[in-house]
Amino acid sequence: MVHFFNILGIWLGALFTFAIFSFLYKDNPFYKIAEQIFVGLSAGYWFVYTIYFILIPNLFTPLTSDFSANWIKLIPAALGVMMLLRLIPSIDWISRFPVALIIGTTSGIYFLRYLKSDVINQLTATMINPFTGGNWVVVIGQLLLVVGTITGVIYFYFSKKHEGAFGVSAKIGIYFLMVSFGAAFGYTAMARISLLIGRLQFLLGDWLGILSP
Amino acid sequence: MAINKNIDRRWIFLLIFFCVALPLIFIVGLPIETTENARLVHDLVQNTPSGSTVIISFDYDPGSKPELHPMAKAVVKNCFQRDIKIMVTALWPMGVQMAADIFSQLEPEFPDKAYGIDYVNMGYKAGGMVTIQAMGKNFREVFPSDVNGTPIKELPILNGVENYNNISFVCSFSAGDPGIKQWVQIVHDTYGKPVTGGVTGVSAPGILPYVNEQKQLNGLLAGLKGAAEYEFLVKSPGTATAGMDAQSLAHLLIIIFIAIGNINYWRNKKNAANAGGE
Repeated sequence: MVHFFNILGIWLGALFTFAIFSFLYKDNPFYKIAEQIFVGLSAGYWFVYTIYFILIPNLFTPLTSDFSANWIKLIPAALGVMMLLRLIPSIDWISRFPVALIIGTTSGIYFLRYLKSDVINQLTATMINPFTGGNWVVVIGQLLLVVGTITGVIYFYFSKKHEGAFGVSAKIGIYFLMVSFGAAFGYTAMARISLLIGRLQFLLGDWLGILSP
Repeated sequence: MAINKNIDRRWIFLLIFFCVALPLIFIVGLPIETTENARLVHDLVQNTPSGSTVIISFDYDPGSKPELHPMAKAVVKNCFQRDIKIMVTALWPMGVQMAADIFSQLEPEFPDKAYGIDYVNMGYKAGGMVTIQAMGKNFREVFPSDVNGTPIKELPILNGVENYNNISFVCSFSAGDPGIKQWVQIVHDTYGKPVTGGVTGVSAPGILPYVNEQKQLNGLLAGLKGAAEYEFLVKSPGTATAGMDAQSLAHLLIIIFIAIGNINYWRNKKNAANAGGE
């Protein structure tokens, strides 16, 4: 029986893959059906997952097994209920309190973390002597890092007109930005092709059995 | 001769399809060069003493499986080879299933590795950065039991493992947020423990700056290429290595398309300028 459901799963996977790929030719009913089933399944899956893997283990089980040690969990539970009151227009204002709490705590936590990791540590990593290093490749790389960082920041400084030496630096910064956009595009192209490879490995391997495992 | 700029894009899709499908069937075996970033990840695992405990976080779902699954499998396999104990966590709900799939795939190869002794799956926990931060104080408060509901005190692998002070490094396979960035921000930048991992190609440019002089990230496996590099380093070719021929040929085709598009663009621009001058 398990074997039967494995085979059925592979065939369904293959058929839905073709249904989605058919959109590359043109929009059609098979694509629409696959799309709608995916949306419906995702919604259902998340609903069940939220109940069984978030609410039950984090709230219901602790409260029912040892209430005196876990009564504090009633506070986030109440905040969750307050959030759901957004669905009732006459008292939807109550949901603003949990939203405000979330925004406040998230801002506080993220501000400190991002300041340290994305500003201070990143700046410190750029404050290097570019001429130290094992070989000339490393030195050139470090020089590019320092020059690219400074000129890139200069490009985003808008309180002074971009002209003269400042303008030249900003122009160099644009070139560094363009290189980074090109690299980002290259990585994106690689990622999309990787997904296609994954699908074709499934179709040619798991479904047709042409590829050796 | 100007190339028709209105070429039906479905021809391009078809060409890409054949460029990817054929090398998967008829393997060319193009060479794989390893990068410094992949070697840093490998060195971290290789230099970790046997018997140490590490956290491997599966922060992705099936949508990113083709890119992240091969590298996760290669790293888990390398840890098993080095007798490193693995504590699995997941910041994405379906990361739990991704981890379970990898351990079941490796089971025939490592029959002596026992659940609860050599590895444990702690399951998914919502909260992202807040969860990671709470783990820094005490794992037991965040994960009182494993994914099967077994209490943490009944799992020998976690004897004496209280917080990040008792683990060697964190490795996150990350498809977005929450993911490797949050691990860096908390585990490295707050607790000073090494963090490494792998990301999808799309998110690599945003994460690569963390591989820096401060060693916020100890190397990074980026996309399918990063996975193939790690498979090469551990001498265990898998699906990533098998996909590299297809990846390379598809990239070659894309470069040709870009070149043709640009040549055509400049030719049309020149023709328009000439027509305007007449």
